Amino acid sequence: MSTSTDHGRPDPEATPSALSRDDRPVSDRGDTVCVIGAGASGLTAIKNLREHGFGVDCYERETGIGGAWNWRHDRSPVYASTHLLSSKPFTQFPDFPMPDSWPDYPHHSELLSYFERYADHFDLRSHIWFGTEVIRVEPAAGDRWNVTTRSTGGYGPERTSQYAAVVIANGHNWSPKLPRYEGLEQFRGEIMHASSYKDPAQLRGKRVLVVGAGNTGCDIAVEAAQQASRCWHSTRRGYWYAPKYVLGRPADQVNDTLLALRVPLRVRQWLYHWTLRLTVGDLTRFGLPKPDHRVYETHPIANSQLVYYVGHGAIGPVPDVARFHPYAVELADGREIDPELVIFATGYLPRFEFLDASVFGDSAGAGRPTLWLNAFTPGHPTLAVAGLVQPDSGMFTLSHWQTVLFARLLQARRDRPERAAAFAQRVRDRAGERYSGQVKESSRHWFEVGHADYLRAVERALHDLEGK
Amino acid sequence: MSELRIMRGREWSRPVRPARREVLSATPELEEGRPPLLFVPGFGHGAWAFAEHWLGHAASRGFPAYAMSLRGHGGSEPAPEATLRAYAHDVVQVAAGLPRQAVLVGHGAGALVVAHALARYPARGAVLVAPVFGGWGVLGAALRRNPAGTLPAVFGGPLRLSRGQLFSRELPDEEARRHVARLGRAGRRAQWALLGAPDAEPAVGAPPVLVLGSPDDRVVPTSALTGVARHYGSAPLLFPGMGHDLMLDARWAEPIDAILDWLEKEPAAH
Repeated sequence: MSTSTDHGRPDPEATPSALSRDDRPVSDRGDTVCVIGAGASGLTAIKNLREHGFGVDCYERETGIGGAWNWRHDRSPVYASTHLLSSKPFTQFPDFPMPDSWPDYPHHSELLSYFERYADHFDLRSHIWFGTEVIRVEPAAGDRWNVTTRSTGGYGPERTSQYAAVVIANGHNWSPKLPRYEGLEQFRGEIMHASSYKDPAQLRGKRVLVVGAGNTGCDIAVEAAQQASRCWHSTRRGYWYAPKYVLGRPADQVNDTLLALRVPLRVRQWLYHWTLRLTVGDLTRFGLPKPDHRVYETHPIANSQLVYYVGHGAIGPVPDVARFHPYAVELADGREIDPELVIFATGYLPRFEFLDASVFGDSAGAGRPTLWLNAFTPGHPTLAVAGLVQPDSGMFTLSHWQTVLFARLLQARRDRPERAAAFAQRVRDRAGERYSGQVKESSRHWFEVGHADYLRAVERALHDLEGK
Repeated sequence: MSELRIMRGREWSRPVRPARREVLSATPELEEGRPPLLFVPGFGHGAWAFAEHWLGHAASRGFPAYAMSLRGHGGSEPAPEATLRAYAHDVVQVAAGLPRQAVLVGHGAGALVVAHALARYPARGAVLVAPVFGGWGVLGAALRRNPAGTLPAVFGGPLRLSRGQLFSRELPDEEARRHVARLGRAGRRAQWALLGAPDAEPAVGAPPVLVLGSPDDRVVPTSALTGVARHYGSAPLLFPGMGHDLMLDARWAEPIDAILDWLEKEPAAH
C-alpha cells in the first residue's frame, strides 16, 4: 500500500516555515503539487499526479468528494432526475471503466458512487483536505505558488503553503449566470435559477416558464410538462434536439462511428439532419423556431422527450422574454403569459475568485482566460486548469488526459528541461486556440470543444513532449 | 510496443458487449492492507485453475485473492465469438470492481490478456506466468509437440492441450486427467489473435512486472519466455521441472510463494 507520509497532508509541526510573506509564515511544501477541488477533475488530477510520482495536497471546500456531482453540496447544479448526457464510454475515466451492469446513461447518484469507488480504489482521500477553501493563489519566485487557505465559511486562521505547481479544478457549473430583463424586479411571481432546482415537487401544480434551451432547461421543461399545470419553454433561437438513441444505440456512439471513419463535417451534418427529418420531422410544425445554425455549431442538446411533450401540448414553445410586468411576462412576439414560477436555466459562468485575472491573461477580468488546450497558461509553466472545457461529450476523459499531460510536463521540467521549454513556447504561441470548428459566439460557447478535435490536440502535445 | 493512444474511437463507438463473469475469491481473515491479487487464467482454463491451490495460499499469506473466468470460460457466460479485446475488457472490469488497486496475475494466454488490460487499468503490479504471447514460433513448437491438438485451432477449431504439455510427470495421473477434463476452449477469433496479436499499448501507471515460467514448459519455449521478460526489462524467474500449468502442477507452492515474496519486496507494488 502506498502511504502518504512522504507527500501527504502538510503538517505544520513537521514542515519548516522557511519563507514568509507579509510577515505571515509560509510552509514550504517542496515538490508537492496543490490541487484545488476534489470533484471529477480534481480527483483525476490527484490520481495522475500521484501515479507520476508527485506528492499532492488537494483542498476541497466541501466535506465530501464529487464536486458538482455530489448533490448535497451547496454548489451542486444536480437535480433529482439528472442523468448523464453522454453514454458510458465517453463519460468514464479511460483507465477506470464504469461497471458493465450500469445503464448507458447512469443517474447522478451512480456517478457519485463511481467517484467514491475511484477515490477508494486509488487511495486518494488521504491527500485531500476537506472543509478547506482556497482564498488566494499567488505566483512566487522560481515558478512556485503561494496558496492561502482557511476553513470553509471563513472560520479559523489563514494558512499559506508554497507549492511547486498548482492544478485548478474548481469547476465551472456553480456560479449562476442570470440575464437582465426590464421589469424583473417588479415581477410578483417566484423566480429561481436552475441551480436552485432540485426536485419536481417544486413544479407541481404551478404555471411554469422555463427560460433557456440548454440541456438543463430542456430537462426541467420535460419535468414541468409532467408536474406543472402549465409549462412554457422560452428559447432565444431554434435548436437541434438530438435523441439519446438512434438506430437502437446511444446516439453519441453512432456519431463517433462516423468520426472514427473521419467522415467530413459537412457529410456528418447532412446525415444528422436527414436522421432528424426521418425521426422527429420538421420541428417548426410543433411551433418550435427553425434553427438558425447547422448541427454541431452549438452545444448539443440530448433530449428524447422534449419534442414528445411539445407534440402532446404539454410544453408550449415560446420566444425570448421581452420584459416582465408585475403579474405577467411579455414575450418578444408581443404575447403575454402569466407564469407563477420562472426558472432561468441560463447557465453558469466560470469563476476563479482566488486568482488575479492577469495571471490567466484575462486582464479585462471578463472571466475568459487565454489558455492553450484550455488548460495551460502562457508565462506560468507550473499552473494548469483541469476541466475548463464544455465538450460535446463526456468531460472526465478530457480532464484525465489534461492532468496526465500536466504530470508529464512536470516530469519533463525535471528530467528533460529542453522539452519542457519547447512546450512552454507552444503554450505562448498557441494560447487561445479553439477545438470546436465553427460555433456560435456566446459566453456559453467560448470554451466549447469537440472531443475528437480536442483529444487529438492533447495526443499531439503528449507525443511532442515525449519526443515521439 | 506502440505509443500512448488517447484517441480510442473503436472503444467509444463500439464498446465491448457486457457478459456475465465468474469471479472466485479467498480473502484473509485479517485485513492487512495488502493489495488484492486478480488471477487471470489462460485460454481453455477457468477460475477453477487458481481455486485449486493458489487462491487459498495467497489468502493464507495475507493477500486478498480473486480468480476470474474470461467470457466463454469456466462459469462465465458462453461467448464463442469473443475477441482478445473482449477478454481484456473482462479483466479491466473485474479489476476496477475490486476495492483497491489490484495486482494482475495472468497465466498462459491470460498473460497476453493482462498485457492488454494493463494499457486500460493502472495495476499496482503485474505477474506474467508462463506467458503465451503468440507468434509463429510458439505455433511451430506447439505443432511439433502436439500436432493433433494444435492443427484444428489454426482453422478455427478447438485448441486441445495434452497432459504432457501442461504437467510434469510428478503430478499423479488421476489428478492430471481431472484437470485436462475440465479444459474448455477460447473463442476462435481470440485464438487467431495469438498468431498476429497487435502489440499491447504501454501499461498505464508504469507497474512493476514479474515474468516467471519453467524451462521445461512444453507450450512456451524458453526463448519466448526470455523475450517477454526482456520486453518488460527483466529476466524470467525459472522453476525447472514444472509443466506449463504451474498453478496446478505437483510443486505449485514454489511459484506462488515466489510471487508473494516479490510482492512483499517490490516497493511499487505495496
